[in-house]
Amino acid sequence: MKGSKMLFEALLREGVDTVFGIPGGAIINVYDELCNYENKIRFYLFRHEQGATHAADGYARVTGKPGVVIVTSGPGATNTVTGIATAYMDSVPLVVITGQVPTSMIGTDAFQEVDVTGITMPITKHNHLVTSVEELPYSIKEAFFVATTGRPGPVVLDFPKDIQTAEGEFDYPEKIEILGYKPTVKGHPRQIKRAMELLKNSKKPLVIVGGGVNISGAMDLVNQFLDKFGIPAVSTLMGRGVNPSNEKLYYGGIGMHGTYYGNYAVANADLIIALGVRFSDRIIGNPKTFAKNAKIVHVDIDPAEIGKNVRADVPIVGDVKSVVSEFLKYDFKTDFSEWIEELQEVKRRFPLRYEKGGKFIKPQYIVEKVDEVFPDDTIVVADVGQNQMWVAQYYKFKYQRSFVCSGGLGTMGYALPAGIGAKIGVPDKEVVVFAGDGGFQMNIQELMTVRRYDIPLKIIVMDNKALGMVRQWQQLFFNCRYSATILADNPDFAKIAEAIGIRAMKIEKPEEVDRAIEELARSKGPMLVHALIDPAEVVLPMVPPGGDVGSPLVEAPYDENLVERILSFEKSRGE
Amino acid sequence: MNMANAVREHLVSMLVHNKPGVMRKVANLFARRGFNISSITVGDSEVPGLARLIIMVKGDERIIEQIEKQAYKLVEVVKVTPIDPIPENRVEREMALVKVKFGDQKQELFQLVEIFRGKIVDVSKEGAIIEITGSRSKVEAFIRLLSENQIVEIARTGIVAMNRWNVVEKEGF
Ligand SMILES: Cc1ncc(C[n+]2csc(CCOP(=O)(O)OP(=O)(O)O)c2C)c(N)n1
Repeated sequence: MKGSKMLFEALLREGVDTVFGIPGGAIINVYDELCNYENKIRFYLFRHEQGATHAADGYARVTGKPGVVIVTSGPGATNTVTGIATAYMDSVPLVVITGQVPTSMIGTDAFQEVDVTGITMPITKHNHLVTSVEELPYSIKEAFFVATTGRPGPVVLDFPKDIQTAEGEFDYPEKIEILGYKPTVKGHPRQIKRAMELLKNSKKPLVIVGGGVNISGAMDLVNQFLDKFGIPAVSTLMGRGVNPSNEKLYYGGIGMHGTYYGNYAVANADLIIALGVRFSDRIIGNPKTFAKNAKIVHVDIDPAEIGKNVRADVPIVGDVKSVVSEFLKYDFKTDFSEWIEELQEVKRRFPLRYEKGGKFIKPQYIVEKVDEVFPDDTIVVADVGQNQMWVAQYYKFKYQRSFVCSGGLGTMGYALPAGIGAKIGVPDKEVVVFAGDGGFQMNIQELMTVRRYDIPLKIIVMDNKALGMVRQWQQLFFNCRYSATILADNPDFAKIAEAIGIRAMKIEKPEEVDRAIEELARSKGPMLVHALIDPAEVVLPMVPPGGDVGSPLVEAPYDENLVERILSFEKSRGE
Repeated sequence: MNMANAVREHLVSMLVHNKPGVMRKVANLFARRGFNISSITVGDSEVPGLARLIIMVKGDERIIEQIEKQAYKLVEVVKVTPIDPIPENRVEREMALVKVKFGDQKQELFQLVEIFRGKIVDVSKEGAIIEITGSRSKVEAFIRLLSENQIVEIARTGIVAMNRWNVVEKEGF
């Protein structure tokens, strides 16, 4: 069997039925073979390899299955780099297959040769250059095995052209074992017991739900755990979807743009049970003051996360799902009602809020409206920047794997292609993409992919005529010196969408929001809403970088001059 | 300063799959995580197909713990064993070849070689090549005692080391 055929046979054995990519010279044999698998594998052609990679990532995040990308060597491979790094930071399983020049030409600076394993080494869980057709079946097996087990992550398989055409025996291993690679799933019983004893003796416990809970599919168990012991919880950006039946037990997001009361809970807890959390700097702010009153129980499948950024009093290496089900076997009475009352009081005094009224559309209102109008199990995809934070703050996620965004890398341009991949992964659910005007333009070409496959994606561009989040930092920390952030000359995104053949609507008045979102929800096909939003709105609360999470900024002056500047630009253009 | 924060040199022994690119992966990982390698050696191990790396890095206890854990994240890494920091509990060797000019110090040089139990492995009219083996500190002491204008060339192997029989090896994380 030829190497390229082995690849598809292996994909079928791995249960892969969806592949994303763009062809090229060094992978043309594989694409030729694809024709023989048309009825078994759905292939989606993107307009940029970054788009294809983010799509595979979005697909993987909502389905839990690995996303598969096939691209050519050189520029095809380098175009996937941002997508791979994005997946790596958020522990998303991808298998990226890159064409490579023939083995005899490796190292000669051949046409479209780059050192793919070298370039992707620090952003992959594992990578491998296939050196013979004999090792190909094992290498593919290993790629899927490593990508999907333990802490998931992207794996790159560099596939030279001569091996694609070489003949060999296709002997696909059912199971493999790699010496030295054995993720720990079950938590240590003694540590679990210590954690539960701390809980029994705690007055102010808090659960921090992280991305690991979504990845391991443990959200229901976590909700049960919260309800059973009456423990309040907060979540990181990647840990959204917490939904205990007692709603007094959930206090929203934490970190830089967390809720005031969520961060208050962290700062005042005496016990933190962190589930699948990596304690990034965006969560902890100042590491010296972070959770200074709390003992920390840290549960994670990756031992390297424990003790990396914060000390752990009780380290538990294991899969969150397995560990929480062990927690649930414990039975003892707890009463944290005083602590919950304290949190409720803080929540009443410092709620999440924004100024209503005024002549501009408020982005937070758009998010609330989408939450109200769209079904509960809608998948929401956000880009990066203010839009992402408004979605994270104001959308009430009820299910695991329902919020998709680039958390660790913060990749602008992620949302549109990831949304496409998500919709391909779960066609029965609504998928809504939120993007800022800046990020949207970074992968705007994928509107063509939406059109090509008629993917009923619902897209909302929140246009504040700026690289909003950076502009916000300039507003708050750089004296309103808006260096290179104003995009007053943005195009009409609705017209662009229409030119491509996607239904679109442009809105600029607050009273237009309801109708637009309702239309969006009703639309059977893809649709885009271009919303001109308040150009001076900021995301609050905000813990300044490295600041103390217990004392975030809750107010900021509104910059009238900025509004003036953007409006006068429009006038000068005669709009 | 307490022990945990004290910066010192640590030796770790790593068993890895002997595949192309594995040295590069380990070196890359250390660089990316900001760990400073002061010595790295590689060679076959007791297990066919597996190589052993001996790496010396500088850092505090926290860094060392991270090194072990991060190393295990490489699929190629099979086992990481810390080498006991107490010199009596380990055997550590490095070899250096030093090409030296005699100048007018031929006699002194021969004495030095003898004191350090070095070997003269090549001689000519102008100078010699000296082989010196021992702990890193011994090798360095020898080199320090030579005058700078005597030394023509130095080549060092880097450190190999293992725990003594009586040391109970703690399983890496
Ligand atoms: C690829 C990339 N380049 C630059 C940045 C830095 N950055 C972070 S947020 C931001 C502004 C985003 O602006 P926009 O997409 O309009 O969204 P908004 O914040 O206005 O919602 C920038 C430039 C980034 N995160 N990603």
